[in-house]
Amino acid sequence: MESVARSQPTAGADPAARKDETLIYRQSRWTRLTHWIWAISLFFMLLSGLQIFNARPQLYIGKQSGFDYNNTIFAIGAENTNAGARGYTEIFGHRFDTTGVLGWSGPAGQETARGFPSWATIPSYYDLGTARVIHFFFAWILTTTLIVWLVASTVNGHLRRDLAPRLDDLKRLPQDFIDHAKLKFHHTREYNTLQKMAYGGVLFVLLPLMIITGLAMSPSMDSVLPFLNDLLGGRQTARTIHFTVMVLLVAFFIVHILMILAAGPINELRSIITGWYRTDPPAQDDNSTERSA
Amino acid sequence: MAKFEISRRKFLTGASLGASGIMLSGCDAFDSQLSIGSGLRSFLENANGLTYRAQRLLAGRDALAPEFTEADIRQPQRPNGVTAPDDDVYKGLLANNFADWRLEVSGLVEKPLSLSREQLMNMPSRTQITRHDCVEGWSCIAKWTGTPLSLVLDQAVVKPQARYVMFHCLDTIDRSLSGDIKYYGTIDLIDARHPQTILAYGLNGKPLPVENGAPLRARVERQLGYKMPKFLYKIELVDGFANVGGGRGGYWEDNGYDWYGGI
Repeated sequence: MESVARSQPTAGADPAARKDETLIYRQSRWTRLTHWIWAISLFFMLLSGLQIFNARPQLYIGKQSGFDYNNTIFAIGAENTNAGARGYTEIFGHRFDTTGVLGWSGPAGQETARGFPSWATIPSYYDLGTARVIHFFFAWILTTTLIVWLVASTVNGHLRRDLAPRLDDLKRLPQDFIDHAKLKFHHTREYNTLQKMAYGGVLFVLLPLMIITGLAMSPSMDSVLPFLNDLLGGRQTARTIHFTVMVLLVAFFIVHILMILAAGPINELRSIITGWYRTDPPAQDDNSTERSA
Repeated sequence: MAKFEISRRKFLTGASLGASGIMLSGCDAFDSQLSIGSGLRSFLENANGLTYRAQRLLAGRDALAPEFTEADIRQPQRPNGVTAPDDDVYKGLLANNFADWRLEVSGLVEKPLSLSREQLMNMPSRTQITRHDCVEGWSCIAKWTGTPLSLVLDQAVVKPQARYVMFHCLDTIDRSLSGDIKYYGTIDLIDARHPQTILAYGLNGKPLPVENGAPLRARVERQLGYKMPKFLYKIELVDGFANVGGGRGGYWEDNGYDWYGGI
């Protein structure tokens, strides 16, 4: 074992032996299938959601929207200035010029007043009704898939084996931060601590919160679960949380993609498509050996 | 293992290429498949039927929308849609303070009705402080007073084959080649008979203002604002959407909104 593992991929080494040693079956079919259904669902939910947001590009705190009083904490808008129309974004009273992206955007000479630009919405033109059709279709798909994944991952041990936090995770956290900052990745069967936090956070905090705040906005669901909005601080607060969680999910997506590119996109993609993942040869990297021990 | 390590330069190049790919993809790619009646759109619209059945199952007939207190009424009810009908018939009725206005109840009923505002106001009333949720995303809390729609339906005696209540309105919402389109919409008989579904003539303790739908508007508290027509003059019991505008159950529905507005 030791000698095979130590062999470097030089001309003399037997590639077949090395392949057997380092390729492992890492992701079950349930994980892979649900991953891609989520990816597609979240893509459409994001872009249709931004379209829905454009119908009222403002966020409030409380039960209702302040028209005669001010409970607006976020707003995207357009205004006429001496330099022509400008788009702005206002966060907690601080105004930023976001012309070209938020508030006022479009092809040169054909700019229009709209919250998010047309490249970020489905449909690209303003159409609230169609966006809602798309949004709720994928809301059903996303929620169903989340439940399927939860059941499958409980049964096949993915939750317990790969995602459940352990004491060891806490100990290795500082080193994990340093390794990620240096873009130095260890390819092991196990998720590292930051991965567990990111995936666990999305699956057990962000997505459930998204579903709960989504339901809280439904007037019919409010008659079934009237405590939901009381708990969340009112329907308009629920809407604000819904939007904030969207921003966090987008942030997760960006980091997720960057990490995949940095850690080796082919290997990472293979594992989430076929399940097979090439790990670092054991004992080549002292740190990873210590950790997996 | 060296093979899977990537230099910083390669990493940044790859990252920016990936990001720009996302930016450039644009979202007009889907536009052409999303028009009303297209196969893909009709398929996606099935989700609304699923939502309707699921919410009816969970909420049942009588689960009540949350009601609020006087302290929650912090501003006038924000109007939406048509706020000042430019229709001659409407303006004539308004000039006479709706003394000549009547609510017709017709269609699949045993006893068609024609009710004056006084007759409606002499019927038992219900007052409720509820939150109006607009499809656009905003909410506004107000106190509504009106006649429960179920009482009017009972008086007219609904025929068994009736399935929906259709609201006919006095305001022109749109113009087409075949003439002016006045607002119209439908709800099912479960919502029509819901205890909080009222034909409102009062708002925040005063007569319903023009901008909010005088002399009479629907309140359907478990659905969004577009399901609560204003400026009512006729209630028609129907068994389907075949003769309702474009056949999808309402003005906004004919323009792409889902018929069920409980979400």
